[in-house]
Amino acid sequence: MTEKTAKQVLFDPLLNNNPIALQILGLCSALAVTVKLETSLVMALAVTAVTGCSGAVIGAIHRWIPGSIRIIVQMTVIASLVIAVDQLLQAYAFTISQKLSVFVGLIITNCIVMGRAEAFAMKNGPWMSFLDGIGNGLGYSMILIIVGTVRELFGSGKLLNITVMKPVTDGGWYPTNGLLLISPSAFVLIGLIIWVIRTIRPEQVGKS
Amino acid sequence: MEHYLSIFVKAVFIENLALAFFLGMCTFLAVSKNVRTAFGLGIAVVVIQTITVPVNNLIYQYLLAPGALQWTGSELLAEQDLTFVGLISYIGVIAAMVQILEMTLDRFFPPLYNALGIFLPLITVNCAILGGTLIMVERGMTFDDSLVFGFGSGVGWAMAIVALAGIREKMKYSDVPDGLRGLGITFIVVGLMSLAFQAFSGIKL
Repeated sequence: MTEKTAKQVLFDPLLNNNPIALQILGLCSALAVTVKLETSLVMALAVTAVTGCSGAVIGAIHRWIPGSIRIIVQMTVIASLVIAVDQLLQAYAFTISQKLSVFVGLIITNCIVMGRAEAFAMKNGPWMSFLDGIGNGLGYSMILIIVGTVRELFGSGKLLNITVMKPVTDGGWYPTNGLLLISPSAFVLIGLIIWVIRTIRPEQVGKS
Repeated sequence: MEHYLSIFVKAVFIENLALAFFLGMCTFLAVSKNVRTAFGLGIAVVVIQTITVPVNNLIYQYLLAPGALQWTGSELLAEQDLTFVGLISYIGVIAAMVQILEMTLDRFFPPLYNALGIFLPLITVNCAILGGTLIMVERGMTFDDSLVFGFGSGVGWAMAIVALAGIREKMKYSDVPDGLRGLGITFIVVGLMSLAFQAFSGIKL
């Protein structure tokens, strides 16, 4: 691997090497929490924080982790960070943490965190690993925010719970698209985002 | 009996982990290129899910839940609420179970062990497994219920991945637009499958 500059490490995951659209990492939560922009934003923040911090911690101690038990060590680091995030959310944003329910806990098995720890933080220092974690978190956040915006705006005519387009049911003019409120629409939307990214960057087209 | 049957049917169809809750998606999309490997992985998930969900249920009931340590007889311990270390203990159990299963298969069923190969350790980070446990805890299931739920949710996940692999095998012969080829079209196919599964959500058991 050639040496990358800090800027590359931070911004590559946004479009060139997006964790969701290219690496197929961290999909589960991306699909389930995007009905509303609010939950998407909180989830994006939580994941970015965890990937960044776990990158920093694992990057700092990777020289002392024996290869054979590295997965357990990584899991322990990640699980501790996720517990911290979970407790913080329950303390300061209880209603949102109720809505996210099991998905905060599932950040542990969110493959972005694990995948970056394994692929990057095990080979690099704490600072670069932190940037890599934040960068991948941002790439994840980008997709989450796009999907969340589309689903809430066109699904219920609102953005962050503020009515933007008044739905027909409340005497307005916008007929809401109920299909976007149920979860399968998230798949189709991400499929379309991948289509857009791959049209801009044809070299990403899969061989299969 | 009817009670267990309804939990089972609910876990397989109405609350299918893959297509209704979107759990285990990473492996779901990455390992569904052909039916053979998808089937092997599906079986492994069923086995692990059937073991870990009930084991985690016992851990929750007798170690972590508020007042769960009453059996020790010590008043101090009985007052403790250890639910906050839940995540770390569940993932520990899952990692340990996967490791034990791997060693058992290697020792007693080498053909199956070789067929599963890399997928076995990958199950540790499959969120369907941890998700199943967390759902079980959230609903406060009894031990029997959790056993049936674990098995049912595993079967549901396995069925979904085999179905997707079948579709993807056929898709090799179709003419897909360039940018959508590979991952893009797979997402849309899963979207349609999951839309079909929404039909089950109307069933009340």
